[in-house]
Amino acid sequence: MFIKNITILGGMSRSGNPEPVQRIDLNMGDVVSIVGPTGSGKTTLINDIELFADRNTQTGRCILIDGKRPPLEYRDNPASNPIALITQHTTFLSDLPVEDFLSTHARIRAKDSSQIEAMIANTLSFANQLTGEPIILSSRMTELSGGQTRALLIADATVICDTPIVLLDEVENAGIHRTRALELLRQHRKIFIFVTHDPRIALLSDFRIVMQGGSIVKILHTNDEERQFSIKVSKLDDMLSAMRDKIRFGERLTTHELEGLA
Amino acid sequence: MKLVICAGPATTGKTSVLRHIIQKLQQVQEKAAFLKIDVQYAEEDELFAREFGIPTRKIYSGELCPDHCNVMVLGDALQWARREGCSILLVETAGLCLRCSPYVDGGLGMIVLEATSGTNLPLKVGPMLSLADIAVVTKIDRVSQAEREVFRSRIQYVAPNVRIREVNALYGIGIDPLVDSIHQTPDAWDNMLLRGNPPVGTCTICVGKKEIGWQAHFGVVRSLENQNFYRGE
Repeated sequence: MFIKNITILGGMSRSGNPEPVQRIDLNMGDVVSIVGPTGSGKTTLINDIELFADRNTQTGRCILIDGKRPPLEYRDNPASNPIALITQHTTFLSDLPVEDFLSTHARIRAKDSSQIEAMIANTLSFANQLTGEPIILSSRMTELSGGQTRALLIADATVICDTPIVLLDEVENAGIHRTRALELLRQHRKIFIFVTHDPRIALLSDFRIVMQGGSIVKILHTNDEERQFSIKVSKLDDMLSAMRDKIRFGERLTTHELEGLA
Repeated sequence: MKLVICAGPATTGKTSVLRHIIQKLQQVQEKAAFLKIDVQYAEEDELFAREFGIPTRKIYSGELCPDHCNVMVLGDALQWARREGCSILLVETAGLCLRCSPYVDGGLGMIVLEATSGTNLPLKVGPMLSLADIAVVTKIDRVSQAEREVFRSRIQYVAPNVRIREVNALYGIGIDPLVDSIHQTPDAWDNMLLRGNPPVGTCTICVGKKEIGWQAHFGVVRSLENQNFYRGE
């Protein structure tokens, strides 16, 4: 599947006024965040994209692929849908061992069977770079922790599904290495769209789409200051998670925890 | 009068899918009637009557199996929908026994399956899937892309010609193609035939014999050690 870009054409706000931002172009390789308070329409925007809205949803938005209306094929044949979606509710149901599970999926996706082994190995190594607790091929899917599950969901969608567009709806909450995730995802030339409240992911994105009252109100491109600053944000975030770990393991916190935060 | 028969296991989202379909039909001024067939309890008829102001009915199959009941009442139901001035009859049925399918030639057969019920489900539901025109897969946001794709390929294995539609019935994603399919369905025939062959009707339990053990029964029976065999005159 070869796609160069997608375009979001703005619609109406809930009060019936035209959406302030009337056009957004997302190019292959872009990593984008959708931000905004609860109820501001983030998930609705994701849904519009997944639906290939054609002025036929409540928002009146229109989604173009390579400047044109997406072919009916995308809608009629789920196998050719270029979008993979991972939400906070998405999970694995299977109780197969990880290896059997991945090979069942790889067999469906592989063009020939010689690729299967490499697909499984790549998925596993991708996932294991995102999670602190390595996934073992023989463990059962149901035994995976929350972080391992998230990591494998993202790895499977990126490596085996290999869809050109991946939507990730608030997946940052479970423990995955977000900075590493963004680095790895950038090696795959796709469009990644995060719905997020996480400053770390937002600042590592190329730009963020700001939602308010059901509308896209502005686009903020990550500027040099923010890019510099993002290193500190990541450091602060790491400190917080170190403190979280200490609390988890029944230790006391001291003012030393914040040393190094200049 | 177009006829749509919607079947599928309990809790898969048949009602949510139909709710979105009715909404979309109303937007283009199409008048639909709704019939719910269930064994002993249903309230969808009241919900839809309240929500959409369309003619609705329900029928409890009780002692009959729901598919049997469907065969009995479908002719009457089409006449009822016609009298109500409707152009489409939507039938929702529980379709409990996996040996039958409720679809008829001349009507659109639609099964609703939930992606969350495990990737083997398509292999288990028999003619309810293999004889359907459309397989609607719900709750797609709940399972991994991997399981979604395995689920889909298992449907294709069981029913190579079925049109698969993935929907999110919560947000109404993927409903438009279903409505298009309904619009493209020709009017129901006057003499409709059940699409599938009914299973062998040899059940002495169904006719009221309660004794345990094949020795007490006749017709096609089986013992623990033997396959089916015929016992009787």
